[in-house]
Amino acid sequence: MYSLNDVSLEINEGQIFGLLGPNGAGKTTLISMLCGLIKPTSGHFTIDDLNYTNHSSKIKKIIGVVPQEYALYPTLTARENLHYFGSMYGLKGAYLKDKVVETLDLLGLLKFADKRIETFSGGMKRRVNLIAGILHNPKVLFLDEPTVGVDVQSKNAIIDYLKVLNQNGTTIIYTSHHLAEAEDFCTHIAILDRGRIYAQGTPSSLIDSTDEARNLEEVFISLTGKDFRDGQ
Amino acid sequence: MVNKIWMSVVKEFLLLKRDLGGLIILFIMPLVLVITVTLIQDSTFKTISDNKIPILLVDNDNGSVSKTVFDNLEKSNLFSVVTQIDNKVITEEVAKEAVYKGKFQLAIIIPKNLSVDLQTKIDQNVQNIVSKMGLTETDSTAQTEKPKVIKEKEVKLYFDPAVQMSFKNAVMNSIDKMISQIETKSIYTTFQNQLGEGTVEFDQKSFITFKEIIPRINNKEVRPNSVQHNVPAWTLFAIFFIVIPLSINIVKEKSQGTFVRLLTNPVSNLVVIIGKTITYSAICMIQFYMMVAVAVFLFPHIGLPSLNIEGHLFLMSIVALFSGFAAIGFGILLGTVANTQEQSAPFGATSVLILAAVGGVWVPVFAMPTVMQYIAKSSPMNWGLEAFYDVLLRNVSFLEIIPKISLLFLFFIITTSIALFYDKKKRTV
Repeated sequence: MYSLNDVSLEINEGQIFGLLGPNGAGKTTLISMLCGLIKPTSGHFTIDDLNYTNHSSKIKKIIGVVPQEYALYPTLTARENLHYFGSMYGLKGAYLKDKVVETLDLLGLLKFADKRIETFSGGMKRRVNLIAGILHNPKVLFLDEPTVGVDVQSKNAIIDYLKVLNQNGTTIIYTSHHLAEAEDFCTHIAILDRGRIYAQGTPSSLIDSTDEARNLEEVFISLTGKDFRDGQ
Repeated sequence: MVNKIWMSVVKEFLLLKRDLGGLIILFIMPLVLVITVTLIQDSTFKTISDNKIPILLVDNDNGSVSKTVFDNLEKSNLFSVVTQIDNKVITEEVAKEAVYKGKFQLAIIIPKNLSVDLQTKIDQNVQNIVSKMGLTETDSTAQTEKPKVIKEKEVKLYFDPAVQMSFKNAVMNSIDKMISQIETKSIYTTFQNQLGEGTVEFDQKSFITFKEIIPRINNKEVRPNSVQHNVPAWTLFAIFFIVIPLSINIVKEKSQGTFVRLLTNPVSNLVVIIGKTITYSAICMIQFYMMVAVAVFLFPHIGLPSLNIEGHLFLMSIVALFSGFAAIGFGILLGTVANTQEQSAPFGATSVLILAAVGGVWVPVFAMPTVMQYIAKSSPMNWGLEAFYDVLLRNVSFLEIIPKISLLFLFFIITTSIALFYDKKKRTV
């Protein structure tokens, strides 16, 4: 029994690629493999023609990762967290300082820059979590449910900013349970379930190819069924 | 890489600065520990009057022997002798009950007629010897008279069941010695009397005495005291307690997700570990200097001897640094292997206690069973402790502590390498 089986994907530069699926479908496992966190038992993948076996360090320089949990130090301020994670990407000095200020400002957090993360709301933490993954202008950005548990305003701010990043050349690969958000945001989508890809394509092509489906949610239900996935 | 290490160090210091509980564990608790333990242990070295242990003496003899026992106990400065409770003379039953209930630690019961019977017994023996040697005139009536049978006398000791064996043994030895001296003195006196008062006089002073030769360093006697023993031991203990906050720090990084983020960054895990090692080594050294400062400057104000670090501080600092490395390596390994704080904190605390016990912090290694002595010699806390004693009490040079500090550093390298290998095997591509 494998978390993923016979998965084959090609994501092109400039795409916003959504990995959708019910709980336990294998989305986080797949994204963890692509980020270099889990080693696949078989098979291979490349990012920008590089593989992890030989070019782990090079790949890590061109990718950005926004994990599902708030991967931040709660007792440090937003600025301290971002300075630290930015420096781990090799950024330093005035460039790093300016970049932190610029992104905090763009996501409406500049006035909270020197407040500790533990005092932030869920939406604010999500935005800082996002900034920590994009300070180095990655070519490829992986986001694992970046809008889960946030208010509408924060969600919109995050999605809008991601669209700007994409327009500036960043390829985005993201997982989500918000099907309406994915339908609006993604250029391409793959629907995973039980470790396999059931369908992939543009949102409109998936809707068109499914009988009587009017939106992505109906495509999703049609492919994955209505059964609960608790404990799977 | 240098900037990444520097930023890691800054981050670790910021995290510590904002963790009040962690700071208390790191800095306040070791100071409380070293002061408390040294104060307690110092009392076993001291023989000052306000430290006297009250003991019960039941005198059923009322003779010269019991008076000598009483006087010697009073003079010993270790005990204050209690012969009455609530203005009533103590009986054996009352004494026994008081001791077994823990009100007193010791009761000495002097048997009835001890002085008279001891003297009679000695008289008989001396008379026997003197007459066999033909030194007295033969008395026909005395030859036919049967000597009175004197039964052996027993001085009973009742100990509070809670007192330690070492205390019991020390008291029993000193009472045994006291009784032997009384017997010897009586024998000499009786001989003197038998041979004719004024004609023979025995020198009753001990012929064989002993003297402790104290090592001299720079023409000064280095007399070990409780502080010279306790401060290195408990400083080392405190340094090793860094295992707890360090392992919690690593476990927290894993549970918060920051560790996962770092794994996706172009930064080697080695950089993260170097950052932690630098930070926690600095903390070890601050801990060490704080404890030394307390031992040098505060101890004399609270009735303890001052720690003598004259000419030793540099080498002591080296030992502290390498002991810190060993503790940090252990903390990194524990934090890497543990999944939760509930695993790392109790395991860390318990393992430090075990390392301290095995390493000879409480009981000297030479007093341990043979098997434990071998185990002790493989304990990093023992290497650190011995290195401290070498520097502070044996006045060795840097070259002589190299083997011990090398072992401490090797322990750090091995534990850190295992942690790195384990993590790589478990989590990363």
